[in-house]
Amino acid sequence: MNISIEHVTQKYGSHEVLHDVSFESKSGEVLALLGPNGSGKSTLIKTIADIISPAAGTIKIDGTDLQKIDPIARAKMIGYVPQYFHYTPFTTVLDTVLIGRRPYMSWSVSDDDLNIADSALSIMSITDLSDRFVNELSGGQRQRVFIARALAQDPSFFLFDEPTSSLDLRHQLETVLTMQNIVRKDDSGMIIALHDLNLALRYTDKVLMLKDGEMYAYGTPDNVLTVESVRDVYGVNSEIVENEQGKFILSYAPS
Amino acid sequence: MTKVETSNTKTTRLYHSIQKRKFIVLVILALVLIISSILAIGIGSVYIPPQDVLTVFGHALFPEQISSPDDGMADLIVLNFRLPRILLAILAGVALATAGAVMQGLLRNPLVSPFTLGLSSAASFGAALMIVLGPAIFGAVFAGTIILVGVTFSIKSILLILSAFLFGWLSVILVYFISKTKNTSQAIMILAGVVIGYLFQAGLLALKYVSNDDALREIVTWLMGGMWGATWQAIAILLPIVLICFFLVERKAWDLNTLSGGDDVAKNLGINVPRFRITGLLIVSFAASACLAFTGIIGFVGLMAPHICRMLLGNDYRYLLPASALLGALILLISDTVARVIFAPVEIPVGIIMYILGGLFFLFLITRGHGRYLA
Repeated sequence: MNISIEHVTQKYGSHEVLHDVSFESKSGEVLALLGPNGSGKSTLIKTIADIISPAAGTIKIDGTDLQKIDPIARAKMIGYVPQYFHYTPFTTVLDTVLIGRRPYMSWSVSDDDLNIADSALSIMSITDLSDRFVNELSGGQRQRVFIARALAQDPSFFLFDEPTSSLDLRHQLETVLTMQNIVRKDDSGMIIALHDLNLALRYTDKVLMLKDGEMYAYGTPDNVLTVESVRDVYGVNSEIVENEQGKFILSYAPS
Repeated sequence: MTKVETSNTKTTRLYHSIQKRKFIVLVILALVLIISSILAIGIGSVYIPPQDVLTVFGHALFPEQISSPDDGMADLIVLNFRLPRILLAILAGVALATAGAVMQGLLRNPLVSPFTLGLSSAASFGAALMIVLGPAIFGAVFAGTIILVGVTFSIKSILLILSAFLFGWLSVILVYFISKTKNTSQAIMILAGVVIGYLFQAGLLALKYVSNDDALREIVTWLMGGMWGATWQAIAILLPIVLICFFLVERKAWDLNTLSGGDDVAKNLGINVPRFRITGLLIVSFAASACLAFTGIIGFVGLMAPHICRMLLGNDYRYLLPASALLGALILLISDTVARVIFAPVEIPVGIIMYILGGLFFLFLITRGHGRYLA
């Protein structure tokens, strides 16, 4: 599957938050969206998820305008994990994950739905939490539940808005690796907004850097993530070091 | 995504065992409601034992095979007076509890109900408007009667019911138009409901102020709520409305579940959130306004029943809605029976009992810890 974003502009009232953004993301590829707070990452992800319509420009899925695709068909293609989660007390982890099956069911839950939910729970290592209430979990556990919900949706494309923000170090790495595996194995696509430049550098295939709602750079992580781009976009002095594990960005002071 | 091929996964087993427990709770609630109804029919100034109540039902259904329990007095009391009243309490309980549960899900706020969204205030205003201004607007016709399908109705009560219903429902339509200016967000809807509630309260106060002693007494009695309006005609109108509205929202149980993940997640899962929010609100407030129009104001059922059921069964709306409906019916039936007999032969308005129950319930909610029960 191919998602192409063509000259997309987005506004909140008269304030332009995205200006003329164009890029492409395809199956089997992890694309990182980078940029400081307020650079338009979340807005771009919501626009691609069809949660908000673009003020100008088009988004195409395999050549078809996203706005013309039936919402249920679109729900089976694109799964979205927001940055902030809503949950209602007394909702179990399993019920939350099953919400992801909504595009496939009307009232009753089939064994197929349950098997897919089971896989999603086990991929995120939360099978043991299935009968717990979401409001009883830690922030990190809850984040894994919401990622499992998107996995249960079984889409061809994942949109993640900072999915690792409440996870500890180990779970951040595990989650990104798990998602990378799914993308590789199932040939799905993924656009992921990240704050951690090293996760982007090491685990993604393409990087799009946004600055004040405009595209600053787009390309492979090695090409885009440089000392200069980090200084220009984030206002931070950094150094790129390399060892046997690969490249790392060390940021040390505001520029 | 690669799925596990066997259908005997831990998740499948867990899901089916939880469903079974939820189903058992529903069956128990239904049985308790049926038994309570039979007992409630028997209780009153003339006591009719449960077996006689059942015989009356049997006689009504199979007059040839089963004979009436006595000289026909029990038949008259059960079928003409107590059964319609008990059915009205059950229908009002179902409508108000379902409305509360659905409103809480649609607006993702545990404290909304027909009471907090302005619907009750608007219906009160509609009723008071007719009590105070009806005689002036409709003149002599207002005190007259009308014969519809062979039954005599008081024009005043028909207009009062219509006015209460229309204003109750109108308030929700107003909430919709106000919130539409801000993308039908749930926060704006709640605020719009509160504001509209205050405006109708102001109108109600003004009507009370200008009304004469008789009208004032009538308004106050209506505001306290009661099952005095119970007739077979009322049941014939309300039964299809309540049942159809219930099944319309029950069919959308998964959409209500999905909305608990937030508007953005629901949109991503294919739901047209603004449209779902307003159609859901209009459906449940239609049934709630229709019931309130016959019973007067009855608060707290819409808050208590869904809360207790959420604690018992969890937040899956497929089970939460029928459980809330059954429990709402049970709460209102028991409260109405208590209201009927506690100071017999004098009846007190069921609204008073509901305020006491509601107060105690919230005291319990704020003092207890987060327990977990069945889900």
